[in-house]
Amino acid sequence: MESVGSIITYVIVVLAMILFSVLAVTTRKILRAATYLLFTLFAAAAIYFMLDYEFLGAVQIAVYAGGIVVLFVFSILLTSKPGDNSEKLTSKSRALGLVASVAMLGVAGWALVARCANYAVRPAMEAPLMSDLGTTLMGTGDGQYLLPFEAVSVLLLACIIGGVVIARRR
Amino acid sequence: MEITAIYYLIPSLIMFCCGVYGFITRKNMIAMLISLELMLNAVDVNFVVFNRFLFPGQMEGMFFTLFAIAIAAAETALAIAIIINIFRATKNVDVRGLNEMKF
Repeated sequence: MESVGSIITYVIVVLAMILFSVLAVTTRKILRAATYLLFTLFAAAAIYFMLDYEFLGAVQIAVYAGGIVVLFVFSILLTSKPGDNSEKLTSKSRALGLVASVAMLGVAGWALVARCANYAVRPAMEAPLMSDLGTTLMGTGDGQYLLPFEAVSVLLLACIIGGVVIARRR
Repeated sequence: MEITAIYYLIPSLIMFCCGVYGFITRKNMIAMLISLELMLNAVDVNFVVFNRFLFPGQMEGMFFTLFAIAIAAAETALAIAIIINIFRATKNVDVRGLNEMKF
């Protein structure tokens, strides 16, 4: 049985996540879409905190909310005038998008409810310690992640060089 | 009331469908990228929820999410570099105006 406080937190976080993700794809001002995306990412970080993954929530806030959204805002300001509205959707493209997303919602939601409705309630878990996270990230043994870690560092280096080469003024 | 896995999976599914809707209907490339981020983030939430509810002692889903966040950051940075370059060449970021690969 969950405590009343955790249920109230859950309801607020989930409603915020749904509301802001709907707003992010329906608003016609692109800068507002980026702001709503920021709030959606905060709600996802709150879900990570509620599920006891504090480190993951912190990473989500630092990388997504602190890094990616700032990139979005910069590129929006570089490519469009503030106050510009995107043009109204044609009814054809809106119908296409609605059919695709609602069909997907129906099929996947039915499958989820049919298959996962009786999944267990949340089992007890100690929040993972930072030392466990470090050894898992740096170890070479079974279920440890040194190789993907190094691969990601090479990927980020390649991304830096690629970004400089692509965006450089010729 | 018990909060089981399905109470987290359904909202992330709704978030993913919002991403699909935005990706289909938007014509601005940055808005399409924002929809893409919504979809990626919904999948991240799913990884974490399955990890927490089915295998609480292990950390596989959590590390998948960590690496997915890192790769999403790299991908977004490159995509924005490409978009700014396209904007410099053609003065718009509208996908309907882009029908040539080389300017």
